[in-house]
Amino acid sequence: MLVVWLVGSPLRAGPQAAEDTHAAERQRLEAARDAKYREIRELELDHRTGKLSDEDFRALDRQLRAEAVAILRELDALA
Amino acid sequence: MDPARKRTVRLVVALSAAVLLAVALAYTSFSASSEATTPAKLASAARPGESYQLTGRVQKGSYDRRGSVHEFRVTERAGGTASVPVRYEGSVPDPFREGREVIVTVRKGADGTFVGEEGSLITKCPSKFTKSDT
Amino acid sequence: MPTLGRALILLALAVALYGIVAALVGARTGRRDLVDSARRAVYALAALTTGAFVLLELAFLRDDFGWEIVASHSSSTTPLFYKFTAVWSSQEGSLLLWVWLLSLWSSLALFLTRRRLRDVVPYATAVLLGFGAFFAALLAFLESPFTVLAAAPSDGVGLNPLLRHPSMMIHPPMLYSGYTLFAVPFAFAVGALARRRVDADWIAATRRFALAAWLLLGTGILLGARWSYAELGWGGYWAWDPVENASLLPWLTGTAFLHSIMLQEKRGMLKVWNASLILATGTLCVLGTFLVRSGILDSIHAFGASTLGVPFVTLIAVIIAGSIALVVSRRDALRSEHRLDSMLSREAVFVANNVVLVGLAFVVFWGTFFPLIAEALTGERKSVGPPWFDRYTVPLALVLTLLSGVGPVIAWRRATWRNARRAFALPVAAGAATAVACAGFGLTEHAGAAIMFALAAFVAATVGQELWRGVGARRAMSGEAVPSALVSLVRRNRRRYGGYTVHLGIAVLFVGIAASSAFQDEREVRLSPGQSASVGAYDVRYVRSTGEISLGDAWIEKIDFGAVLEVRRDGRLVETLRPERGFYPSRDQRLGPLGQFFEGEATSEVGLKAGFWRDVWTAVQPDTQALQPIVERADAGFAKATEGLTAEQRAGVLGLTLNQFVARYREDPPPATFRLIVSPMVAWMWIGALIAISGGLIALWPAPDAARRRATARAAARVAQDLGRA
Repeated sequence: MLVVWLVGSPLRAGPQAAEDTHAAERQRLEAARDAKYREIRELELDHRTGKLSDEDFRALDRQLRAEAVAILRELDALA
Repeated sequence: MDPARKRTVRLVVALSAAVLLAVALAYTSFSASSEATTPAKLASAARPGESYQLTGRVQKGSYDRRGSVHEFRVTERAGGTASVPVRYEGSVPDPFREGREVIVTVRKGADGTFVGEEGSLITKCPSKFTKSDT
Repeated sequence: MPTLGRALILLALAVALYGIVAALVGARTGRRDLVDSARRAVYALAALTTGAFVLLELAFLRDDFGWEIVASHSSSTTPLFYKFTAVWSSQEGSLLLWVWLLSLWSSLALFLTRRRLRDVVPYATAVLLGFGAFFAALLAFLESPFTVLAAAPSDGVGLNPLLRHPSMMIHPPMLYSGYTLFAVPFAFAVGALARRRVDADWIAATRRFALAAWLLLGTGILLGARWSYAELGWGGYWAWDPVENASLLPWLTGTAFLHSIMLQEKRGMLKVWNASLILATGTLCVLGTFLVRSGILDSIHAFGASTLGVPFVTLIAVIIAGSIALVVSRRDALRSEHRLDSMLSREAVFVANNVVLVGLAFVVFWGTFFPLIAEALTGERKSVGPPWFDRYTVPLALVLTLLSGVGPVIAWRRATWRNARRAFALPVAAGAATAVACAGFGLTEHAGAAIMFALAAFVAATVGQELWRGVGARRAMSGEAVPSALVSLVRRNRRRYGGYTVHLGIAVLFVGIAASSAFQDEREVRLSPGQSASVGAYDVRYVRSTGEISLGDAWIEKIDFGAVLEVRRDGRLVETLRPERGFYPSRDQRLGPLGQFFEGEATSEVGLKAGFWRDVWTAVQPDTQALQPIVERADAGFAKATEGLTAEQRAGVLGLTLNQFVARYREDPPPATFRLIVSPMVAWMWIGALIAISGGLIALWPAPDAARRRATARAAARVAQDLGRA
């Protein structure tokens, strides 16, 4: 009764072999990019709330932004 | 000191601290623990002055209360003849009943009765997950 | 109906097994359709278990006493709310609740990640379905809730009166939600490790679930503590009981995990540690579920039905072995990207925090399982009591509180001494001032409590300072007024400020625990009406006794014997408390009708005056032993007098007899034993808990228009990129 309907519900939407092989890599990079952006913003907040000296902040900020740029370049390369 | 060596030092220090804590834990747990016994074991092998954690059942018909002094006998959990007398002063937990399982820390008293440590009497909440027979 | 229920469970088992196979095959062969099918199997599992659960609820609500489970846990006179919640007071019902909640959270998690983490999801699905299959198998073959009695009794046994309290009924679903929610990050960790994809994506996907699990588990634990304090006759909230500890263990490791994934997110550090932590947390959740029903440890909660022992131990052994194997075989993928730069940095504090939390977990674990360890090592079962636990957990808790104040203020990567001095000046002053005040009030004999107060002041000051500076920074950027700056600051940095709020709440909670343990006044006295006793700064006078018959739907529900107590302070009447003991009749027909009441269950109704600064807690234990002769005489007289009367007439006579008996207790009671406790600052525990919970909710709340901000941020980074090149 209900049994058959429920078993039928896990549909097999037909074998879709051709996978977007880049999708996994893109997701990974996007997640890394978002995490890096969050880190940059938090660093700024840390600096503004006086937890980081100006020189330390500048150095770290530059480094993080460079890392972000590298990630963006990789993302661009995929597309 | 170069960073790598600093890290090794830190790691060694941290591990030593952890080992020390573990050793301290182990040592004090053995010395501060009370042996878990059953009525049969307690009746035969109890050493005076040492505290034991007695697990058993309150023997039916053995409970007597005079004010805040409760006296009862504890038998084996699974039934059987061995039983020990226990005197407990204070208030007993809500589920305390004859026939119920109890855990109490006791010390062998001079007169052969086992005196319960205050606040150590635990009565097991009756059969939440087994067939109820109350 | 029961057959439908059984069929649903069997079908659930089948679906789960199918899903496991489909997920694993799909992962191996890269066939997305199989993986999707496995995901739908999870949805189907949720639907099936929902159906089974609904069926069970209906049986309870309709008083279907033909069902064994209903007959043994409910009755026609049980109030509706408790009929609803009695489902999970039973072994079988609680197992069904567990797997139902697991399937719900799993469905949610898989729905939210249906387009992400393509390579990890199949393994996560398999793990989650593995749990589902395990519990479904238990329900199908070992502990079925759908067994039918040969002859349906006319009425059920009823719910244990001790459980008739709202907190007690919400406590299991909360705890189980916590346990099952932790299964999600556990499963995703297994998947990530299996595919060597332990990276930011995995963290982002499972962080929310870990936080939600932590929140619900914590709430469940606190509800249990509150219930113990307000409802049970011993006046405490935590006994270091093995089952309590079992729920605390995954909470501790879960807290450590929430902190250390931040470190992995920011610095790619501690990957092995994180993986191990979340695997351990998941294992501890299963262990906790198992411990409650195993009977392997002596506990007030241990309801041993050891038919489940073997399957559970097998499952736990498999999980542990599998986890260790996974972590060891994937350790190359778990290499840290960065190292600790400086001991004076937030990273170092996070690591210290993790060490302390895991240390706490280890202490609790050791103490809880000590009987088994001792038995294995020496052949004798020994157990350790609360004093041993306190000895180790108190210092660790103090260190933890200190770290929670230092962590948010200190900078990442490397902090300079000058900066640290500037940042910590105010909080240290606050802590020191509090310490001095404690000394001034003569509180230093309880050193631990005094230190905790000082540390809590320190933490509160750091949180306040953070908010202040954050608002200042926000205003510098946007020029908003203070209130709206505060709001937008928190909105845009939920995790940070939610976390700070949690720290504050925990500090307040610890203060409440410290004060109520260290400065408690407790007395047990025997009083007759008119007598008084003093406890703490209060005088408690036993004015008169109370006796009352509570009627249920069909017959007498219970007899309440209690007392009216007047609580005075400095001669002034503060409160009138009415502690009571309710005596529920046993159904044992061999006892006399009056005697039945004193051989059944008894619950305490605590007389509690809760205040901001202190609680006055009272409980009464009427001397039923002294009443025994009267009861026996009455029963004998009753039997003789009612020979030959109809049932109705007997009931009438019994009612009269009981009324007289109760009235007699009101007029001339034997002395009763009172337990009187004055505990300072217990309310701070509950307030701290609420603060921590709201902090958790803030951190959990999804950020608004995150997508839009991402796009803006991306544009900004591109600008920076161009600027960098120019």
